[in-house]
Amino acid sequence: MLASSAREARRGGEAAIGIFNEMFDGEKVRPAYAGLVDWVERTPREVLEQKKQEAEALFRRIGITFAVYGEGGDTERLIPFDMMPRVFTEREWRRLERGVKQRARALNAFLWDVYHRAEIVRAGVVPADLVFRNEAYEPAVVGIDPPGRVYSHIVGIDLVRTGPEDFFVLEDNCRTPSGVSYMLENREIMMRMFPELFRSTRIAPVDDYPERLRRTLASVASPKCDGEPVSVILSPGAFNSAYYEHSFLADQMGVELVEGQDLFVQGDFVYMRTTEGPKRVDVIYRRIDDAFLDPLCFRPDSMLGVPGLMNVYRSGGVTICSAPGSGVADDKAVYTYVPEMIRFYLGETAILKNVHTWKCADPEDRKHVLANLEDLVVKEVHGSGGYGMLVGPRSSKEQIAAYAERIKANPSDFIAQPTLALSTCPTFVAEGLAPRHVDLRPYCLVGREVHLCPGGLTRVALTEGSLVVNSSQGGGVKDTWVLAD
Amino acid sequence: MLSRTAENLYWLARYMERAETMARLLEVGYRMALMPSAGEGYRNEWASLVAAAGSAAGFEAKFGEEVRQRDVETWLFFDRENPSSVVSCIETARQNGRAVRTALTSEMWDALNGAYLELREIERRPRSAAHLPQLCDWTKRHGAQLRGATEGTHLQNDGFDFLNLGTYLERGDNTARLLDVKYYVLLPTTDMVGGSIDTYQWTTLLRALSAYRAFHWSYGGEYSPRKIAHFLILNRACPRSLLHCQEKVGEHLGRLAQAYGRRIIAHDRLGVMLGELAEARVQDIIDEGLHEFLTRFIYQNAALGQDVADGYLSGSTTMRLPTCA
Repeated sequence: MLASSAREARRGGEAAIGIFNEMFDGEKVRPAYAGLVDWVERTPREVLEQKKQEAEALFRRIGITFAVYGEGGDTERLIPFDMMPRVFTEREWRRLERGVKQRARALNAFLWDVYHRAEIVRAGVVPADLVFRNEAYEPAVVGIDPPGRVYSHIVGIDLVRTGPEDFFVLEDNCRTPSGVSYMLENREIMMRMFPELFRSTRIAPVDDYPERLRRTLASVASPKCDGEPVSVILSPGAFNSAYYEHSFLADQMGVELVEGQDLFVQGDFVYMRTTEGPKRVDVIYRRIDDAFLDPLCFRPDSMLGVPGLMNVYRSGGVTICSAPGSGVADDKAVYTYVPEMIRFYLGETAILKNVHTWKCADPEDRKHVLANLEDLVVKEVHGSGGYGMLVGPRSSKEQIAAYAERIKANPSDFIAQPTLALSTCPTFVAEGLAPRHVDLRPYCLVGREVHLCPGGLTRVALTEGSLVVNSSQGGGVKDTWVLAD
Repeated sequence: MLSRTAENLYWLARYMERAETMARLLEVGYRMALMPSAGEGYRNEWASLVAAAGSAAGFEAKFGEEVRQRDVETWLFFDRENPSSVVSCIETARQNGRAVRTALTSEMWDALNGAYLELREIERRPRSAAHLPQLCDWTKRHGAQLRGATEGTHLQNDGFDFLNLGTYLERGDNTARLLDVKYYVLLPTTDMVGGSIDTYQWTTLLRALSAYRAFHWSYGGEYSPRKIAHFLILNRACPRSLLHCQEKVGEHLGRLAQAYGRRIIAHDRLGVMLGELAEARVQDIIDEGLHEFLTRFIYQNAALGQDVADGYLSGSTTMRLPTCA
């Protein structure tokens, strides 16, 4: 029985002073999890174990695997799935929703601005260097007006929680945030494994996400499009780590999954090669980086892109989602200015807080960072996926010394943040149920309307005490519930 | 549909069919190896299998001139250096399937991916645990499972047609090759025709094509090269006969012409081939020479496959595709 495990999870929460346990408030169960306690205490351990195996077999059968770079051998691995859901009340979610949408609007306003008159730079709010000398800044798209002035159509905001009302944004993802297929499949698996949970609790559905994404893309088709817009997903191909997601989304949306070789430019439009001859494409949801989009405009050695695509884009013959150049908004250094962006463009105060960030490029900040490395988390400005970061409190003296040298060599490549006391959520581990740190990535769709899917991807650090939730670093995932009142 | 998708579906089906043929070939070899050796002047059955599989050069480069059963089993079933081995075929089929995951139903993907995963299991087991007849049955079973899943769950749209084009173009080719092997490779001297080895080889071939009982039903007990040639070439009721395969190719090409409202060169070529085959009598084939006839068939069948590729799979960029009247 898991009763003892549940108590254990509670103790764990108490032991770690100052860490917010999302399920237990001391001995009390928080309202969001009221419906789950019974289930946890009632369900025999063996049943859960068996369900866990069933779930894993199911994941493998349907092919939900991800590739891990930097490892030889089996490149298709399963992402560990934890059956204990992570729950938000409707009230908690409403606030998150307002905060995420606000941020998505501001980021898009910023993108339009920096590719036009750059008022925010003129006003001295964001330093010019940070924008115009940013690697992700794309001179090739200056002056272009994408339909609806939308650049980032799918915004993934990475959030962590440290208290009942305290949510912090860790980073913004404006290019092509991945992981939404896990959100959908995790829910699917939970509903198959534990239908009784969904009968007894009203949980906001997430399964309309693909349809909403399809409508979002259609809503930003170029004015040149006559008739029903044709959207496609552009993938680098089957060897990409997120390929499963690309094909899953294409399937669910009922659109073609194309690779660069399937598209070609003729005259003012982009076409795909079909068995019936060329077919015009109006919207491209691309899952490849800017640099690979068009060998004539960006990297000439790109085999993944479509020669001439950018010319068509410039003349408004096709919409690219996210728009080329969107990366300038989700840079870890630009991140620090998002609260100012919100004030500048929307005249509002940021609902979601930023984590205090020291920029190593700044001499004062750098001094502070180097003096306090053992307490800080240091990240590469352009890095992602949890690769190449330093978690001070969990690193050895040698590791810290070595990292300090890297910072000194290229200070502008690094930023540092305080080590946050990430909230925990009870998680099934070998010994039973135990608290593990979690984060959250909700997905916000921006087209003619802005929509936040009620749910998201909860990532969990499966190693006790670990704060790194990335799947490439041994993290797992959970189903994320938003209770409907 | 995307040309690349059509291409992947087409090759997915072709490779699964080819994997099955390799298994059937191995079965032929296994059964023949159970026969007492015919002594000198009679080539090693295993060598003829490798020749039939069309990979004699690759085999010799790897294992040398002497042909041993174990090496042939390895080569035709497990070896990744042999692009036509069962393992290679199933992996290639799955790669094609994975590339068009969205075009497959989950039942089809289950069948394909399930075969792939089990294969990995089989490879991990010691070779002594791998019994050839079981491996052959396993391969045929998975081929059947995929075809069943396709038949039962796939939309009967153009994708379904490309899958079937792949299956039947490959199957026609494979039957022709197997038949040719029996006639040309296995029995090098004509004075052995009609002997007990000859009969044994014919029945083995029929068994390998899962057509042993079917032949009996259709022709009564007596084996003669004429009857068997008729059965495997001209009997449209036999699901592996050349005529049946061509008719199926015709059916699916016809459906595509209807769906797309245009014909391609393949339609014309098939019309000519089918016309000849449907009219042919066994005597015509014997007169031409079975080997010559089969060689011509394999060549024409390959040309037909090329027409299909040019017309549908290569993704022409011209706004109006080449059509024919």
